[in-house]
Amino acid sequence: MANLKYFTNGLLKENPTFVLVLGTCPTLAVTTTAINGIGMGAATTFVLVCSNLIIALLKNFIPDKVRIAAFIVVIATFVTIVDLVMKAYTPDLYKALGIFIPLIVVNCIILGRAEAFAQKNKVWPSVLDGIGMGIGFTLAITLLACIREVLGNGSIFNLRLMSENASTILVFVLPPGAFVTYGLLIAVVNRLKAKLNI
Amino acid sequence: MAKKLESTLKNMVLSLTLISMVMSAALTFVYLKTKGPIEDAARQKEINAIKMVSPDFPNDPLPEARTVDGMTIYPVKKKNEPAGYAVKTFSEKGFSGHIELMAGFNADGTINSITVLQHKETPGLGTKMAEPKFIDQFFGKDPEDFTLKVKKDGGQVDAITAATISSRAFCDALQRTSNALETVSDSIKIIP
Repeated sequence: MANLKYFTNGLLKENPTFVLVLGTCPTLAVTTTAINGIGMGAATTFVLVCSNLIIALLKNFIPDKVRIAAFIVVIATFVTIVDLVMKAYTPDLYKALGIFIPLIVVNCIILGRAEAFAQKNKVWPSVLDGIGMGIGFTLAITLLACIREVLGNGSIFNLRLMSENASTILVFVLPPGAFVTYGLLIAVVNRLKAKLNI
Repeated sequence: MAKKLESTLKNMVLSLTLISMVMSAALTFVYLKTKGPIEDAARQKEINAIKMVSPDFPNDPLPEARTVDGMTIYPVKKKNEPAGYAVKTFSEKGFSGHIELMAGFNADGTINSITVLQHKETPGLGTKMAEPKFIDQFFGKDPEDFTLKVKKDGGQVDAITAATISSRAFCDALQRTSNALETVSDSIKIIP
């Protein structure tokens, strides 16, 4: 399975959030609750897989000089589709993620993978790369969101772990807490990578 | 596979035009498919909010809604008898701007229930305005003899600790509703 490495690449070795440090805007902003993390991850994964697929299919049809414009049209289309579908079928999640759904368009992970991978590779590896990167991103931001939700709000996936009035470390659901948690997680992942030698 | 297209003007225009056309067609399709569900979801959200603040009403209040000063007032009826109002109100004085509430009033003008629809207050502080500990103090009160101001400002409302501004905004939004209801009740004549 030579193709398997395209898939596993995104999970740890080139994890978009912890190793490539791309797409930090949604990573920091929406990870206040675990549900938001998963929702954002799923939306991004869908866009990533679809745009990788289309761009790998069209790579010979897109002249080099207009490639960025063409990629953005493709990506924006899928983001709008996600936006409309979420608005129609998961209005609560849509409300929580708000402006960050349309902003998937400018998420560097997606354009980055189109530019660095999909336009140079065949269709199947590109799709696998999209799935791997998407899952890597989802796992990373969900982990970050779980830590912030537990410490800052005393709950996980909206299930209360502590009583309503328990005092929680509020700073973790506020923006500074996102940076602190993110930094610590990157350190842990670097250590893990050094230990496992990858 | 075929050779990559050269970056000539003709190729670039052709490629971008075709991609844009195909993508717009795809979007049109999804838009038409989701248009209905999006409207349903919005309507359902509105009805759920009204239901939350004025339980057991059988009529569909949406067609009878009227707008006063940016607030939407839904007359609530029971067996065609007026049973009160649900009012969607707002305030711009929140700690981070806009907040939106749905307040239910009984026919005698007392507050039945309130739910917070939208806010951007500080998590853990201002967000407590959506919790029963704060909201419950309004239930059953008549704005005419219950001053909708926090105690610090000479009113009767217990403010949320460390979130006085959010509490003030909440009162501001409520005060707005009772002002609006006074002007409206004359014209619809629901409150006897």
